[in-house]
Amino acid sequence: MKQVGRDIPRLEVRAKVTGRTEYVHNLRLPGMLYGKIARATVPHGRIRNIDTRAAKAVAGVHRVVTGEDIRKLIAEPYYGPAFHDQPILALDKVHHVGEPVAAVLASDPHVAEHAAQLIEVEYDELPAVYDEVAAMQPDIVVHDMLKPAGTFADLKHLKGRKGTNVALDYHLRRGDVDAAMARAWRVVEHSFKTQQCLHLPFEPFVSVAEPGDGTLTIHTSSQTPSFVRTEIARLFGWPENRVRVKVPYLGGGFGAKVYVKLEALVAALAMLVRRPVKIALTMEEQFYMITKHPTTFRIKSGVDQDGKVVARACEVFWNGGAYADIGPRVTQKSGFTAPGPYDIDNISIDSYSLYTNRTPAGALRGFGIPQLVWAYESHTDLLAREFGIDPVEFRRKNILREGRPQASGTAMKDAAIAEVLETIATRMGWSAPFDRGTGTVRRGRGVAIGFKASISPTTSVAIVNVSADGSTTLYTSTVDMGQGSDTAFAQIVAEVLDLDSEAVRIVHPDTDVTPYDMGTLGSRSLFHMGHAVRLAGEDARGKLRALAAEAGLPENTNYPPAEIFKKRYGMQAGNVIGTASFVPTYKSPDAQTGLSDNVTPFWMIGGAGVEVEVDTETGAVRVTKLVNAADCGKPINPAVARTQLSGAAIMQLGFTLSEDMRLDGGQVTNASLADYKIPGIRDIPPMQNELVEAEQHSGPFGAKGLGESGTFGVSPAIANAIHDAVGVRITFLPITAEAVLRALRAQAGQPLEDE
Amino acid sequence: MSTINFTLNGQAVSTDIEPHRNLVELLQRFDLFGARESCGQGLCGCCTVLVDDKAVSGCLYFAVWVDGKSVTTVESLDAEGALSIVQQAFIDCGAFQCGFCTPGFVLMVHQLLKEHPNPSDDDIVHYLSGNLCRCAAYPEIIEAVKVAARR
Repeated sequence: MKQVGRDIPRLEVRAKVTGRTEYVHNLRLPGMLYGKIARATVPHGRIRNIDTRAAKAVAGVHRVVTGEDIRKLIAEPYYGPAFHDQPILALDKVHHVGEPVAAVLASDPHVAEHAAQLIEVEYDELPAVYDEVAAMQPDIVVHDMLKPAGTFADLKHLKGRKGTNVALDYHLRRGDVDAAMARAWRVVEHSFKTQQCLHLPFEPFVSVAEPGDGTLTIHTSSQTPSFVRTEIARLFGWPENRVRVKVPYLGGGFGAKVYVKLEALVAALAMLVRRPVKIALTMEEQFYMITKHPTTFRIKSGVDQDGKVVARACEVFWNGGAYADIGPRVTQKSGFTAPGPYDIDNISIDSYSLYTNRTPAGALRGFGIPQLVWAYESHTDLLAREFGIDPVEFRRKNILREGRPQASGTAMKDAAIAEVLETIATRMGWSAPFDRGTGTVRRGRGVAIGFKASISPTTSVAIVNVSADGSTTLYTSTVDMGQGSDTAFAQIVAEVLDLDSEAVRIVHPDTDVTPYDMGTLGSRSLFHMGHAVRLAGEDARGKLRALAAEAGLPENTNYPPAEIFKKRYGMQAGNVIGTASFVPTYKSPDAQTGLSDNVTPFWMIGGAGVEVEVDTETGAVRVTKLVNAADCGKPINPAVARTQLSGAAIMQLGFTLSEDMRLDGGQVTNASLADYKIPGIRDIPPMQNELVEAEQHSGPFGAKGLGESGTFGVSPAIANAIHDAVGVRITFLPITAEAVLRALRAQAGQPLEDE
Repeated sequence: MSTINFTLNGQAVSTDIEPHRNLVELLQRFDLFGARESCGQGLCGCCTVLVDDKAVSGCLYFAVWVDGKSVTTVESLDAEGALSIVQQAFIDCGAFQCGFCTPGFVLMVHQLLKEHPNPSDDDIVHYLSGNLCRCAAYPEIIEAVKVAARR
């Protein structure tokens, strides 16, 4: 291997350090109008009247648009990947505070913003539901009727269902849980919660729509250009070839910018006014776009006398907010890993995706896995403690070993669970004596491991173009949002065609030019698109050989491509196009049992080991050591892979210790970086990032996805370490000093009064 | 609308600007996009610009205030073609992912090294605490500062 496995810098480094990276943020077009959104001020209500007169009267306002105006353009203006439940602008009802109700267009964004604030909306307010467990009861129903998109065949039975907030329920039954629980030596049950938090990419959502002659071009900060094209074409009733979606670099995504976000709105506005329209959200507005699911997870285990888990029952409630987005897929695709990476014969899983009157929730760096790992690894630690078994030893006894079937029935292949656990234990010096601190500063340590299936079945297509001088261009619809996909693909195609990676040029997603890709999400790109790129490179290589034969060059000689072209065409002319698509095999879970022996093309394994210091007087927790380990197969670019692991873990550190979207009467009370605390440079503990190299035999050059794995173990490892230090168990996120102090005081029999 | 005269990356320039525009918007009129408005509250540092050699948050700094002053943006650092030592150190250490916050960090590190040519870890994290990176390339950024200082 000459190119694969090299630590080359990202291809776009120079543009990034000089401030010249192309983002949609920078784009301005002639005649372009700026849109600003007037948003719902109540969490749940029927719209009685929208008064736009004052807004229209503002000098410089070009147009004010409401949902009814859009309904004249598009009869059914609802979108969404799993459910067509989200209107482009609110129609009839609003379902969460911050929902777009009207839009103002002006040449000056400040004028548009000012006018948007003058729009007066009257509502008949309805009672609202915010909690996922409460939403299981149909007392308050968020949507009058469920509207599955039809994209996913297994949601069709939900069409038209009324009187429920359950957008999807997924059930898995393996073995006989009730009988095994009855036979178990001990049965232990806990409940864990996670909070609402969000992605907050530093380039907030931004999209531009540019109408053409019977066409529409959308420039957008999206992780899913191919999906945007399909969905916008569907809304307008157009063939896909009339919609062009272009995506340059992204200023972060983390799962926020998947499926349709602002694109339908800018498209509709641009078609109404026949001019380019740009909408760029503010940081505050991101709090009303998409978030991470709050969850409640009730987990119960039956354990035998040897400390072996013999039965596990999981009930997971996913708070999807006002619109389903990709929540139903999170509910199912993450749901089947809810028992954790453990070899358990008797399992039941009940996973529910619920509508509530909060900002919608989607996928955030892990498609729900971090919420699950939080619960099952906190629970696992409590089991180990209860039975007096060392937590690492307890895991050794119970983990899924290579080849064993996971809850879904799919075998764990190329899943380095044991290696990740042992790497963490070694780097933590787990068997060495540990200083537990004294006085008011107590020390503890904890570990946690998690796993995830890849999203399946999904398709990626790549095109490789070898020009007459031998220079090579790669066309894919994968979006580089900082994860380094451009660089990894350049390395793959360079390996196949014997080039320098740095010499490969990448064409960014442009659906008029770059072929289909399901989306840059779920750590799927390196595996799926990586294969497509490899195969497209092999296709080009084969065609170059054929061209050499046509040109009468002897077989099995390595003529440089430029010479082959020259020989064949008599001059520097022609080109060779290699193309390939890749879609792994998949078997849908059985509707009754939830089982399938092929739910994923590969498994991601990640874990963390943590040391903490807890101040017993204040509850303050300081992470003094963080070991991250993940099975990354054979990394294509180890240096970039390591930064992915590190970045994911630090992001999860924020979700663990500080990040918390707070609600009061449905209103977000901390919608800014001033009040919503993300990790800064002073919050970084001493870290070790360990790539556990284990070949993914089905992966391109042995590689697999990694972008999410670093998030898995962090939260429960910290809770486990706090328990180890001071003997209290925190069962909800974030773990603030106040939460720890309250637990300490309660433990001491001197509880703090509630606020 | 008022007319302002200022020096932009070493060049004398003049423009008319409305009083409510901020410095980031002013720079966009000159096709300079390296300073980016993100949080809009002067907390993330993505909009960092040097005014009379002092770092300011471009999102909170009114455009009209630069009248008669000297404005330096990230785009000036490689004006001669070569990257600055700090920029090269960011590349060598992989000190960014999406790159949106990078120009702000690069400018702040220039200022940091001017004031503390041999910064301690503590100097570095205190000085850069006003710059945020959502991709969390912080360990690599700290390393890049040290590498740049050594060079």
